[in-house]
Amino acid sequence: MSLSLDDVKRVANLARIEIGEDEARAALTQLSGIFSLIEQMQAVDTSALKPMSHSQDVTQRLRPDAVTETDQRELFQSIAPQVEGGLYLVPKVIE
Amino acid sequence: MLNSSLKQLSALLAAKKISSTELTGEFLRRSRALNPDYNAFISINEEASLAQAGAADRIIASGCAQPLTGIPVAQKDIFCTRGWRTTCGSRMLSNFISPYDANVVERFNAAGAVNIGKTNMDEFAMGSSNETSFYGPVKNPWDVTAVPGGSSGGSACAVAARMTPAATGTDTGGSIRQPAALCGISGMKPTYGLVSRYGMVAFASSLDQAGPMAKSAEDLALMLNVMAKFDARDSTSLEREPEDYTRDLDKPLEGLCIGLPKEYFVSEISEDVARAVEAAIAEYRKLGAKTVEVSLPNTKLSVPVYYVLAPAEASSNLSRFDGVRYGYRAPQYDGLADMYRKSRAQGFGAEVKRRILIGTYVLSHGYYDAYYLQAQKLRRLIAQDFAEVFTHCDVIMGPTSPTVAFDLGEKSSDPVQMYLSDAYTIAVNLAGLPGMSIPVGFGNKNRPVGLHIVGNYFTEAQMLNVAHQYQLATGWHLQIPVNRKSQTGLEPKNAERF
Amino acid sequence: MQWEIVVGLEVHAQLSTRSKIFSGASTAFGLAPNAEACAVDLALPGVLPVLNRGAVEGAIKLGLAVGAKINSPSIFARKNYFYPDLPKGYQISQYELPVVEGGNVKIKVGEIEKTIRLVRAHLEEDAGKSLHEDFHGMTGIDLNRAGTPLLEIVSEPDMRSSAEAVVYAKTLHTLVRWIGICDGNMQEGSFRCDANVSVRPKGSDKLGTRCEIKNLNSFRFLEKAIDYEARRQIELIKDGGIIQQQTRLYDPEKDETRAMRSKEDAQDYRYFPDPDLLPLEIPQSWVEEVRGGLPELPQQMRTRLERDYGLSPYDAAAMTVDREIAEYFNAVAGKLPAEAKLCANWIMGEISSYLNNEGRWFDDCPLLPGQLARLLTRIRDGTISGKIAKEVFRQMWVKVSAAGEKALSWKSGDRPFDENLVDQIIDSQGLKQISDSGELEKLVGEVIAANGKSVEEFRAGKEKAFNSLVGQVMKAAKGKADPAQVNMILKKKLADGSVIQE
Repeated sequence: MSLSLDDVKRVANLARIEIGEDEARAALTQLSGIFSLIEQMQAVDTSALKPMSHSQDVTQRLRPDAVTETDQRELFQSIAPQVEGGLYLVPKVIE
Repeated sequence: MLNSSLKQLSALLAAKKISSTELTGEFLRRSRALNPDYNAFISINEEASLAQAGAADRIIASGCAQPLTGIPVAQKDIFCTRGWRTTCGSRMLSNFISPYDANVVERFNAAGAVNIGKTNMDEFAMGSSNETSFYGPVKNPWDVTAVPGGSSGGSACAVAARMTPAATGTDTGGSIRQPAALCGISGMKPTYGLVSRYGMVAFASSLDQAGPMAKSAEDLALMLNVMAKFDARDSTSLEREPEDYTRDLDKPLEGLCIGLPKEYFVSEISEDVARAVEAAIAEYRKLGAKTVEVSLPNTKLSVPVYYVLAPAEASSNLSRFDGVRYGYRAPQYDGLADMYRKSRAQGFGAEVKRRILIGTYVLSHGYYDAYYLQAQKLRRLIAQDFAEVFTHCDVIMGPTSPTVAFDLGEKSSDPVQMYLSDAYTIAVNLAGLPGMSIPVGFGNKNRPVGLHIVGNYFTEAQMLNVAHQYQLATGWHLQIPVNRKSQTGLEPKNAERF
Repeated sequence: MQWEIVVGLEVHAQLSTRSKIFSGASTAFGLAPNAEACAVDLALPGVLPVLNRGAVEGAIKLGLAVGAKINSPSIFARKNYFYPDLPKGYQISQYELPVVEGGNVKIKVGEIEKTIRLVRAHLEEDAGKSLHEDFHGMTGIDLNRAGTPLLEIVSEPDMRSSAEAVVYAKTLHTLVRWIGICDGNMQEGSFRCDANVSVRPKGSDKLGTRCEIKNLNSFRFLEKAIDYEARRQIELIKDGGIIQQQTRLYDPEKDETRAMRSKEDAQDYRYFPDPDLLPLEIPQSWVEEVRGGLPELPQQMRTRLERDYGLSPYDAAAMTVDREIAEYFNAVAGKLPAEAKLCANWIMGEISSYLNNEGRWFDDCPLLPGQLARLLTRIRDGTISGKIAKEVFRQMWVKVSAAGEKALSWKSGDRPFDENLVDQIIDSQGLKQISDSGELEKLVGEVIAANGKSVEEFRAGKEKAFNSLVGQVMKAAKGKADPAQVNMILKKKLADGSVIQE
């Protein structure tokens, strides 16, 4: 399959990355090269294989339901771009 | 002192021949002097390091020293370090002073080691040349016109140039082993799950693994003793009894079975690398090992599989960098959506954006099965290849990288070429196996060559034994790159802050 | 044309765990903004999720209570989208293989029983809160709620009216509180509904295009939003329009739904298994352990009350409105099984009204079930009348309440008074009914003698006058006479006239 300029723009938008027309064109060229590499995967019949998402055959460990954290708001918010009254501020959200 | 092993340094400290404060001071001076040439460190903080050294000296005085107490260790700038700027090589985190310590940092702190600085790296660990760092490329200390490899290029360079006795790294597709090879040092990526990922900025969660980088296998073993421990804060951390990774170092290699995958010795491998690797294998035969040809038929699939899985996970892992709670926020924007788009467009570099786009695309509607799911199935196929080989071999050997260090700028405009250079190391991450690289000589332009050793799950102690026996017999790991300043004055040119 | 409304609900029940689903931060409500947002909740670089056992247990309980399948393994997935109250840029949820699959809930609308099938119930984390009050034209983000465990319970589109949807939601609301997995507090958002609404011509078996109304946090709004939305869709179709699948919000002030500003990529969530979390195995032994700890469910209990105690469906429903009243009823009726109906009456009557007056509920009723049972026994054995019983009840309540802290709940261990308090009050104040018929006959005689006028009126055929005489006797007996016995004696004496003094 081949990637289109619209694909690049759609994906950049999904990923919330601003991309100019020139950048999008350059990205298209590079991504097309990478995808031609990736396409090699399609030649293999994998119908009998189970997907592998973890290298060890282990299961989820569970945490006891206990409160272990304390209030560190001051420390955490000391590195925030913009806070007021304990809240993180962002440009107005319109629903 | 520059070539002293961790054990020797520890002995010097214990015998009060030198204090940790003096030792740390020496390495800090050397780092200050060499860093303008090599750019191995993003942050150096004498005050913090010397404070830790002072504390270590008190511990040594009290007789409670552990093997690494008082010894400087550099931390890759991917590990969150409380009170230190933790940038992950990115503009996105250029102002991020971590409010907490990564597990790896905690473990070294608890062991009494001294953090001597945060090392440079490819941005968010995405790269094989260290050229994607927002803080400028790291230079290869053997030849400053060459790349040091990546992504743990700063750590590899710092150890190679003896700016630190040891350093940490992380390895998602070869990021410890490839720079170790290109800089002529030893580095190990343990079995996935052995070292906690807590506090390590995530690139591709199912592949990322932290590991030690040092001059020798013996040093790696001592570091792994500190790093490998179950951590309840990482769901993928494995609950295992602690091991002493130095326990088998001295075992003879008589009867060791080394598998040599025929796919690793094909035309892609350059002649100089092949020569050095074959010489190393001959040395192993001398040490009593036997070699057999084996096959890893799906090796060639590992690069495409990796470039689906890693970007997919990365695209999601890096969504948290939105300029809301920490990190870079664009100075000007028009509304919320624009703030996101501009902060991320300006905060991330080209390679990171490229991988986010790939990852977003392969996960997006209608493509999941064809890419992500298919890649996960092939991942199993690749793991099965290794499992088959390990039914009759103890370790697998080959070149870590098909070539010696390439020139700065040589591949930076061609991502596909860059990606292909990681073919040998990537498969190991996909399978979750332990892998390491040790220096075995020099190739073209006198640039180092690394031998790739892959073991079965949890056989780190044996692999370290295999590497250590070679290093007892050879001296490649003791070679130091020459720098005009390393013999003359080590005084820093100025007291610039990083 | 006749239209049929088709509704499916997605209920988000906040699980009552102490800590969050993937972090050790507290879930307590109402603290200062971001004071309960720890490093994991804030999605600091490098942090990782670890699953809370309590949250999984909550999901298993619900699954067992609705007769569903508990999946093992079950998988957590990332749902990717950008929003400032979603710190990681993805929500950890479940996509394929949720913990709970299938099951059903029986509801009763009027006299008609109906089964609502469930699709699934999955675990996920809640997002934070956006505060739109003016911060210089900006929005404030509070992440205290981020990471709170939610169980999303998804029904099939099995409801055919807003009324059915409300009954289903209420039934589920009772159930989650009953099994103790959710406090059900709708104001605080602990139980909220999304309604999927579509319409179709009656008789059609094809589903229409649905619209999802988000975040309905009261049963009334749920009902009104569905009614409005169904009307809107019918009107639109009648006008030749086409329903577009979209997400809508209900505005209670205007009583209407409106489309949320559509995000062009809102639907592409790029779900994939979360590589930070491993497959969740739920061993059968754990499921059985949870099953063993489950209380009798409301449906089962109603059936039992009707069958074993002969309660009417109305009374049985009233005694199973929630777990607290049910437990109290079980404790009282257990001591007085033959008088379950009387127990129910007193629980619905006196106790409910006293508790209501004090703004409390059955879990902290000060009276011991044994005390109520003893009181009711004293009515039945003729020691006191029902009327006196109310007085004894009042005094008992005051006395027990005055004991302070210890009186807070019948469940607390160290009780200041036991059931003998009932007899102590009766005895110390001489409230026992006059059982000596001689004494009673004397009293009746005196009343007849003193109320000649009423006697004449009674004899002239005025029934009312008889009641007045009974009242007088009861008054003379200070309420301690059995009205039935007084009736009998009075009737006899009036009939033979023997004691009338000319």
